[in-house]
Amino acid sequence: MTVGPSAFMALAALLFCIGLFGALSKKSAVMVLMCLELMTNGVNLNLVAISRFVTPESLAGQFTAAFIMVVAAAEIGLGLALVLALYRRTRTIELDRLDELKG
Amino acid sequence: MPESIAAIPFIILAAATLLGAAMVVLTRNVVHAAFWVLEVMMAVAGLFMLLSAGFLALVQVMVYAGAVTVLLIFTVMLTLRDREDAIRSRDLSWAAGGIALATLVAAGTAIVSFAPPIPKLPAVTPGVAEFGRLLFSGWALPFEIASVILLIALVGAVWWSGGER
Repeated sequence: MTVGPSAFMALAALLFCIGLFGALSKKSAVMVLMCLELMTNGVNLNLVAISRFVTPESLAGQFTAAFIMVVAAAEIGLGLALVLALYRRTRTIELDRLDELKG
Repeated sequence: MPESIAAIPFIILAAATLLGAAMVVLTRNVVHAAFWVLEVMMAVAGLFMLLSAGFLALVQVMVYAGAVTVLLIFTVMLTLRDREDAIRSRDLSWAAGGIALATLVAAGTAIVSFAPPIPKLPAVTPGVAEFGRLLFSGWALPFEIASVILLIALVGAVWWSGGER
């Protein structure tokens, strides 16, 4: 028994949507960043799977996934640094309580 | 190199991925959520191995399972004042669920309408050596840009998280 690209695409879509749900509903800044990582992983899985099934010899999907990993690593590093700076200034990372700009 | 992808390892790894992702969203403890993220990363690395992307699986384990999870756990620990702060309310909102469900339906429709036949996979896929050769020839410019991005992110992270000046 074998699986085709559709199974990988469905799995990647589910992973992305679970991450999206968490990123939109969580109230803690760290939890939102964790859910963003889940979404990135869904995208990478899709890229690698399609690359494997459609054009395995050019490796284009794998290179794109590798560069997405670089950007995601930069994003999580900067995001967590921002969370720490925010915590030092306001003593909270609850997104509900960061409402200074609210009119 | 296998000419097809066996269903049983795929189902095990897919179940591990989805279980971990669901637990990240559903668990009430932030520290547990960080460890479930680690589990998802390892399962996705296994899926990369299944897709014969060995180098990406290695990078996934080093960067995500290694560095990112450690960073997440450090930040969780640094921003909690006591042990009870790790337990949170579940924070699930209907609007977010609606948006995620709509995205899932859109993606599902796209997958069903795309519906490629299961192709006969080529027996030989390029290995790590070919990956490295291509990375430093055709993909050299994106590689250099990526290194600049990482440098800027490093400096920015130090600048933002550094002490008061």
